[in-house]
This record gives sequence, structure tokens and C-alpha cells, in this order.
Amino acid sequence: MSDVTELIHQYLRHNKKFPHVFCPGCGHGIVLGSLIRSVHELALSKDEVVLVAGIGCSGRIAVYVDFNTVHTTHGRALTFATGIKMANPDLKVIALMGDGDAFSIGGNHLIHAARRNIGVTALVLNNSIYGMTGGQSSATTPKGAVSQTAPFGHLEKSFDLVKLASAAGANGVSRGTVFHVNMLDRLIAEAVSRPGFNLVEIMSPCFTQYGRKNKFKSAVDMFKWLKTETSPLESWEQLPPEEKAKRLPIGTFLAGQEPGLEVLYGNLRDDLAAKEQPR
Amino acid sequence: MARLDALTGNECAAQAARLCRVDTVVGYPITPQSSVVESIAAMVANGKMSSKFITPESEHSVMSILKGAGMMGERVFTATSGQGLAYMYEPYFSMSTARIPMVMALATREMISPVTVWSGMQDAHSVRDAGWIHLYAADNQEILDSIIQGYLIAEHPDVIIPVHVCYDGFYLSHQTAEVVVPDQEAVDAFLPPCALTQMLDVNDPAMVDSNTPGDLMMEYREDHLASMRRALDVVAEVDAAFAAGFGRSHAGLLETYRVDDAEEIVVTIGAMSGTAKDAVDAARAKGRSVGLIRVRCLRPFPAKALGALLAGRKAVGVVDRSVSFGWSAGIVYQETLAALGLAGIAVPTLSAIGGLGGADIREEHLARVLDLIHDCALAGRSRQDAVWMNHELLSAQRR
Repeated sequence: MSDVTELIHQYLRHNKKFPHVFCPGCGHGIVLGSLIRSVHELALSKDEVVLVAGIGCSGRIAVYVDFNTVHTTHGRALTFATGIKMANPDLKVIALMGDGDAFSIGGNHLIHAARRNIGVTALVLNNSIYGMTGGQSSATTPKGAVSQTAPFGHLEKSFDLVKLASAAGANGVSRGTVFHVNMLDRLIAEAVSRPGFNLVEIMSPCFTQYGRKNKFKSAVDMFKWLKTETSPLESWEQLPPEEKAKRLPIGTFLAGQEPGLEVLYGNLRDDLAAKEQPR
Repeated sequence: MARLDALTGNECAAQAARLCRVDTVVGYPITPQSSVVESIAAMVANGKMSSKFITPESEHSVMSILKGAGMMGERVFTATSGQGLAYMYEPYFSMSTARIPMVMALATREMISPVTVWSGMQDAHSVRDAGWIHLYAADNQEILDSIIQGYLIAEHPDVIIPVHVCYDGFYLSHQTAEVVVPDQEAVDAFLPPCALTQMLDVNDPAMVDSNTPGDLMMEYREDHLASMRRALDVVAEVDAAFAAGFGRSHAGLLETYRVDDAEEIVVTIGAMSGTAKDAVDAARAKGRSVGLIRVRCLRPFPAKALGALLAGRKAVGVVDRSVSFGWSAGIVYQETLAALGLAGIAVPTLSAIGGLGGADIREEHLARVLDLIHDCALAGRSRQDAVWMNHELLSAQRR
């Protein structure tokens, strides 16, 4: 792992935008660290990375990193990212969203970004709740969980982001947690390097809005949960079905190498231009 | 018995929805409205409110679900702000043009870009022509009372138009103030149970919103405008009836303050009006002849009543928490100009813009605006460019 202080000075707006707004125990700062380590590991220049963020606590990360960054509207980060990638396919476009952002209000954009395989990396920071607005149920709030809008337990089922993105046609799909930091660094770096649409679901606890209402004694408890209730995909696959249902698999689920839409579109334009007859 | 309580503006909106016995509340969180639907969720959970409470995935879905429930004849409610209102614009417009008379609370918020979550009225003012009735509250009590009045106005047989009760985000939505919460019996006596026509009925099948040719479309719009015109009377009548029943009025369409002998008038909207009254008092103490008119009802716009109030003045200034791009002025200012034009009144005018993106409108800002209105009166001509109520305005004064 690289020297953290050095990276902070290199990649963050460290002297302008801090202290950050994240609550004690929030996992989002760890994702921020993973993100800059991955970009450093890939030896990308700051100027070739575009970070497109949505609305919510995770959206603050666009304020902190010293890349090209855009703070967009709620749920729409992937559409802005699509426009940026199509305009300049050489850029590494990362859309960083929360679960409320990517899978609730913006779910439609996510399935279509995956289906058309646009060369964008989607990082979804899943804390199972609308954190910034005060802890209301989102599309990833587990059934039975208590929230500000579900005091007797959430009646709806939650999305399985990995299955959803896989079924929708994403090239790369992975899931990590803020507890498994080395793995997360690797998952993000791989997703950014792979062609086409890549989604990384990142389990990032929200003690303030979710944990306190759902029998977690502390933020540490939530990190322990990430440690004890998850299994690397390879070992999860060996488990009997009843054990599988109880544990959350983490790792890389899909690693396709199909070229992204922007590449196919660029090739088509080149082909048509070459066929054009001189007047 | 009515009880005295200390409530935020958002809690007032939630209490009003409870008192109006709404059938369905649909909520999606957005700053600064979220605590309206949160308070309702808590009351439903605690058995203090019997409404259904639905939490979909977006504001667009919120208004669409409300339209579905409204077509079934239910009394429905929600609250939103800023970007949420922008996102629900498609079903918002068709809620009014389908003539489904709901009430919605709006904790107003500045529109992006750049990003802001703070106060401003650009959200509400930008949808003023979407066919809804727009009431603007000046304090927390008025939020609660206007929502109760709102259902009576919306469901009035001469109207059948949804009502938007708007109040300054944060300044009212999050500020706690003394509020009289009426008892249920009093509200029940004032607001009869919902008796709306069920548009969708298996025994009388109909299609809602079929493709409509232009001539027929114009009939729909003409009818909507006629109902809007009648709503001017209904808004005033309902406030008068409310005053008779509850012992307090919110001035119907337009509130006036020290206008009788005033040579100069400042027109305001929303929560700034209280501060502006203090500025008027201070100017009066210095011997200036100034009064205030607060616009409570922006749609339908009480142009005739405003024109009558502005006749014979020496200068009129309007303070806006919004801008009209392309007019270099505020939106209520434009409305005021139209009222003056309609009444054939030639008077020097001024547009002042302040409070965008959560900036304060302080008494010293308003005092300076009153000075500038006075300058217009002395010069006998209007000010061409808007006055920006920022620190430059105040430093200019100090120089």
C-alpha cells in the first residue's frame, strides 16, 4: 500500500475542502482512500480521470478529489458520465453513487448503462439507506430492516445489485466492502482498467442512520459484520445452499472483455468515413 | 380544545395533513422537506394518523402514484422541494390539468446549477404556470392553516384544482415557532370528508387522458382558466370562513400593512414579509410614507386587487427570492408590472432580488431597498436593472 499522506497531497483538495462531512464510523472515507490508491496504482494522471458523482453523502467525494469532477443530479450520474465518455473516449470516467442514487431513483439509468455497455466504471457505495436525508428506506434496505419510513420493518425486498447489473449486461461486476480494503483497492483498479461497463458494489456502513436502528451497538459492530458475514466468492461457491443464503459473497462475479459502446461507435464512424466516396 | 405547541414549519405541514384526514400520503426524501414525510411516517406508525403511507423510488413516482390514488377519488398529500419538484414536473402538470384537487406542501429551495440545497423560491416560481393554485405562507401558523384551507379550496365544486402551499425552506421549514394546533372536531366542522368524483369506476368505465385534438384541448384549458378565475373568490371566501371558525385570518389573497396613506409600497412574498414589516416601521419612524403588500396567492394572480391597491402611489418596489432569466428582474416583480399595466397605472418601479441559495434577507437589506424605492419616487422613474440584495448593496450604503 502506498504512503497515504503522499497520496492525499497528490490526489485530494486537501488544503481547501477538508474537514470532510462523513459521520464517525462511516465507510465512505475508506472508499475515497481506495479510489486514490487505485488511480495511483494504475499510474493515471489526474487530468485523465473524470469523477461524476450523484447526490447523497457519497456525492461529497467529488468535492474532495482533485480530478475533473462533476456533482450531478440525484440518480443521474451515469447519464452525465455517458455523455462525457462518448465525447472523449480516452478519459477514464468513474461514476460514484450511493445506493439510493444508483438503484432507487436512478435505477433505470443503471440498467441501461449496463445494457449498452458504455465504458464507465460505476462505484456504488451501498449503505442500505438514504443517509443524507435522514435515514429513509431505499431500494437496497433489507426486508425487515427498520428505517425512518419503516418503523415496523421494511416490507419490500431489496435489490441484489450484483445480480441486477449482471442480468442487465454489464461487462464487469464485483462486490467489495470497506473492511476488505486491499481487495477493494484491487476491485476498483480492475474495474477501471477493464473495457465496457463495470460496476463495483461497495458495502459501506452507515451507523448514524442505519446501524443504530438495526441492533448494531457501534460502527465497529458493523465492520465486524462485514468481516464475519461475507465470504470470498470462491469459498462461498463451495458452501451448501442454506449457508449460501446467509452469507454475502464478495469478489469478482463477471470480468468480460467486450469493447465498450464508445469503441464500437467510434469504429463505425471510422468505417463509414472510409467508405465515403470523394466528390 | 385547540392546543398551543412549538412546531417547525415542516411539522406544521404534517399536522395539517393529519387534521385533514388524508387517505394517502406518498413521500420521497429531499432537503429541506424530508421531515414533513418523516413526521407523517411517525404519526402513521404511532396510530395517530390512519392514512396509507407509500415510499416509492423517486418524486416522479410520488406524483404519479398520487394521480392514481386521486383518480380513485382519494384525498392525497405529499411534500417536496427544489429538484424533487423539477423531477416530478411531468405528472405535476397533469395533476392539475386532469383536475385532481390535492394539496402539496413545498419547502422552497433554490434550483441548481451550481449545486445548493438552501432556500430560494426559484423552484415554486418556475412552475407557476403549471395550472396549480399557489399559496405562500409567511409563518408556521399560516403553513398549517393554509393546508387546511387548501383542501377546501381545491375540492370546492367551482374550483377542482390542486393547491400548492409554499413556504421558505429552512427559514420556515426548520424554524420552531409557537403554533395553535386546532382540534380535530373543529377541522372536521370546517372541512367536510372527501367526496371527490371517482374518475375510474368499473360500473361506469371511462378512459382518462385520451389523445385530445386541439379544439377540445382549448376547451379544457378555457375551463381550467375559468375555474382559476373563480378560485380568486374562493381563496378569499375560504380564508374568511376560516377566520370565522378559528379566529385568525391569513389575509386571503393579499396582505396589506400600513398601506392606507402610503406613498411608496414594497411588495413581498413569504417569510421575508415579517422582516420587511420591521423595515417599514423603521422607515415610518423616520417620517417616510411607506407600506407593504404581501402576495399570499400567486396563482391565480390577484391582478385586479393588486392594481387597485397600487393606484395613486409614488413608487412601487418588489422583493423577489427568484429571478426571471431574460427579464433581468424577479418573478413577482413581473407579475406586479402586469397588474399595473392591466390597471393602466404608470408608476416608477424597482425589482430587488435577494435570498437566493439560502442568503439571508436582513432588515438592513430591506431598509436599503426602501431607500432605493424612495429614490425612484423622487426621480419619478423606474430603475432599469434589478437591485441585488447582497453585501455590495450594503457597502454601497456605507459609502
